[in-house]
Amino acid sequence: MSTVVRIDDVSKQYGSGSNALLALDHISLDVEQGEFVCLLGASGCGKSTLLSLVAGLDKISSGTLDIGGRHVALMFQEAALFPWLSVAGNVELPLRLQGIGRAERKKRALELLDIVRLNGFADKRPHELSGGMRQRVALARALAQNADVLLMDEPFGALDAMTRDILHDELERIWREQELTVLFVTHNVREAVRLGDRVVLLSSRPGRVIEDFKIGHPRPRRIDSPEVSGQAAEITDRLRAEVARHAS
Amino acid sequence: MPAEPTKTTATRAAIQGLDPGAFPPPADLKPVDLAAADRVSGLDALELGPKKEKGRLGLRIWNSTWPKLLAIAIVIAIWQVTVLSEWKPIYVLPAPLDVFTVLKDLITTADFWNGVRLTMTRAITGFFLAVLIGTIIGAAVSRFAPLRAAIGSLITGLQTMPSIMWFPLAILLFQLGESAIMFVVVLGAAPSVANGLISGIDYVPRTWLRVGQVMGMKGFAQYRHLILPASLPSFVSGLKQGWAFSWRSLMAGELLVIVPGTVSVGVRMQNARDLSDSALVISYIIVVLVIGILIDQLFNFADGKLRKRWGLTEP
Repeated sequence: MSTVVRIDDVSKQYGSGSNALLALDHISLDVEQGEFVCLLGASGCGKSTLLSLVAGLDKISSGTLDIGGRHVALMFQEAALFPWLSVAGNVELPLRLQGIGRAERKKRALELLDIVRLNGFADKRPHELSGGMRQRVALARALAQNADVLLMDEPFGALDAMTRDILHDELERIWREQELTVLFVTHNVREAVRLGDRVVLLSSRPGRVIEDFKIGHPRPRRIDSPEVSGQAAEITDRLRAEVARHAS
Repeated sequence: MPAEPTKTTATRAAIQGLDPGAFPPPADLKPVDLAAADRVSGLDALELGPKKEKGRLGLRIWNSTWPKLLAIAIVIAIWQVTVLSEWKPIYVLPAPLDVFTVLKDLITTADFWNGVRLTMTRAITGFFLAVLIGTIIGAAVSRFAPLRAAIGSLITGLQTMPSIMWFPLAILLFQLGESAIMFVVVLGAAPSVANGLISGIDYVPRTWLRVGQVMGMKGFAQYRHLILPASLPSFVSGLKQGWAFSWRSLMAGELLVIVPGTVSVGVRMQNARDLSDSALVISYIIVVLVIGILIDQLFNFADGKLRKRWGLTEP
């Protein structure tokens, strides 16, 4: 196994002087090829900041962040599909930017929509789909970017519990079939334990790594299984203690 | 592009007289989890809900038309009552029926249509010039921060300036000619077009920009695939407003700047006033109003289509 993302002693500070806000404080974290890593923390732990740094949308203040020139794709809580394009058009856009020809693009987009089980919706407009379906289009679009690492920033945060549950199954299946490496940010402990090979718990203000939990339960898991619940309870206790620390 | 490897199936092997056993079926066939697939498509079906019935076309047209017809009827009724009350002598304020007779006679003359053609040619030329200039200015202002600081508020200021104020200067600069009219029409409309584009570009959602950035959009590609399409609804609103301003400026111009030898709608209206022909003046008012409404409908139609496509309004 090779390390895909190497985060070594990375800090991120916003502003300077007395207004300075330390978002991330000496974070070290490695993500291996094919691994599913969940970043978990309460508000203000800088988990989204960390994703932005990995995505190259923001610059680190100190330390080293090495993704070895690999491509990343990013997903948000909102699908952020472009309303002027059809569903297939949205999936085709990254392929178009890669300079792939029209026919090949069309074919590839349909394959990707098939992977997220949205064949038959290629010609729809994004607003005609439900929230869960839009996130699957966003996933197909992310896959189209041919990225080595998929960064997900609370992608299911705005969905209802039933839809989220089903999308967990879908994401797990696609992660396995497509041999993806995923860095997944959430504040939902059960979701993290349900999905992750590892759950990295971050402290808040500034964000530091408190603990790195290995989740060894066999897959496919269920979010309501005793193993997942038990492990989630343990992590929740740690998280509660961390939140309480900020009471004074 | 790499060629697809030719697969020799067992069936094909049998046809070619080979031993079918030599080509076992591909082993990489994964078991398909049908239950999971059903769960997903079932959920999709539930979330999308049943399709709404739109109703018959005739009924929809009638539903949108009758309030307008009613409004016109009320205006004509008030007009008729005012005439009957003898508030003003009948040769100053003629009755609706008399005006409609004059209007009917008017629109059957070739002269009238020549006037309309001249006015519309000016309107469309002026509007397109304004769109061209407004777009260039808008794009430049949104791209370069110092330029925005310099003329950003000036553009909004120009928008509030009544266009008729420009005519004295326009006449001094260009004499009584087409250029004077065009000058004012463009000054009236271009700021709205520029502002529409600027606000469209300013309000491209941040997540879209981030998505584009992660996809690797830079420079021109970012404009072409993201910023320009994203600012389209705002740009269309700017166009619509720009049209309204250019139409108003043009009418003011045609009344004030009488280019010798031309008989535009404005000139004809002015002539009717000189002859104290109220019925003809009102007829021209109706003509100008109808043209304005028709073009506005055209913009509304384009705007409505766009919004529906984007899902900005309930279908």
